[in-house]
Amino acid sequence: MTLVFAGACSHAPGITGRADRGDPQQRKNLLENYNKMRLAIKSSGAEALIVIAAEHFANFFMNNMPAYCIGMAEYYEGPIEDEEWLGIKRVKVPGNSKLSEEIIQIVMNDTDVSYAQEWKFDHGISVPLNFLTPDYDIDVIPVNINCQGPPLTPLNRAYEFGKSIRKACDSTTTKIAIVGTGGISHWPCTPDSGKINEDFDKTFLKSFISNDKKALLSYSDKETYEKAGQGGFEIRTWIAVAGACEGSTGELWCYEPIPNYAVGCTLASMEIS
Amino acid sequence: MSLYYVQKLIYELNRNPDTTKRFEKDREALLADYDLTDEELTAIRKPDIGLLYVLGVNGQILMHYAALWKIPWDDYLKSMENGIKEHGPVRNGLYAQTEGK
Ligand SMILES: [Fe+2]
Repeated sequence: MTLVFAGACSHAPGITGRADRGDPQQRKNLLENYNKMRLAIKSSGAEALIVIAAEHFANFFMNNMPAYCIGMAEYYEGPIEDEEWLGIKRVKVPGNSKLSEEIIQIVMNDTDVSYAQEWKFDHGISVPLNFLTPDYDIDVIPVNINCQGPPLTPLNRAYEFGKSIRKACDSTTTKIAIVGTGGISHWPCTPDSGKINEDFDKTFLKSFISNDKKALLSYSDKETYEKAGQGGFEIRTWIAVAGACEGSTGELWCYEPIPNYAVGCTLASMEIS
Repeated sequence: MSLYYVQKLIYELNRNPDTTKRFEKDREALLADYDLTDEELTAIRKPDIGLLYVLGVNGQILMHYAALWKIPWDDYLKSMENGIKEHGPVRNGLYAQTEGK
């Protein structure tokens, strides 16, 4: 088996774009844990990093919206946002089209995934990479689950998608790390920006950490939207990671609700078994 | 109401430097390429971020349009609140499903 690390983290643009507006103590803890994940990926020996993200209409639009997409390019670019606005310099990020193709071919046995040879990362991927691979020295394979609005892929499909990504990882000889990124409750870019439902987040995280499939898949989109906002739809990325690690449990590293970053800033890992 | 095309315009402005250039240099011709109502056109030209929000533009797209106009983050949030006060609850799209906010 060649999955060597699995985790999940937040990607809110405020984390880098409005960096100085977060509580310093909370920010310190957050950055320490991003750094911890950076080191964990490094020491895992990972040769490629799969980022399971939920992008925000930067590449995929309602003219032809894929429920699932995997990147298959030699390189990617990002962030698409204004560099100053996001606080991240635009860079070329190395990809691995051959490895992508191998993975996509295997995932296709279970999921009708689309693929993309052109992909401009938005904050959904650029913020995590900024902390996890700041030197952009590891091949990245971007994965997208549409989490923006209905019709949305059912949660059980996201779990199964994670399982098929795992299958694909384990069938290659390349050492691969997976990081999911999204959620949890938040109301991005709306008048409710800054609202955080800590109860929702903590309950979800408890289910994630114990990889309680039944609990993770129990949310209806209506309930998620009401309690966790549009951003809550992004639980799909976490659920995919749980699927990739079915049967193992995880560990919560950090949960810092920071209203000025508009999200409960979270990092967690999953055991690989 | 052609919410789809309002959002498509903003999506392309965010993605394609050529579209952004046309928006600066030849705005009316660019806008004519999209199926937009008079109300939508007014909101885009002004720009009336609050009205665009009420018309149902998704925040994840709308924030790019505000950034294009160099509208600071706090003003962007405020303009959506004002939009609701001025034009009523969100009429279309995702946010119209709950309390229209
Ligand atoms: Fe997001």
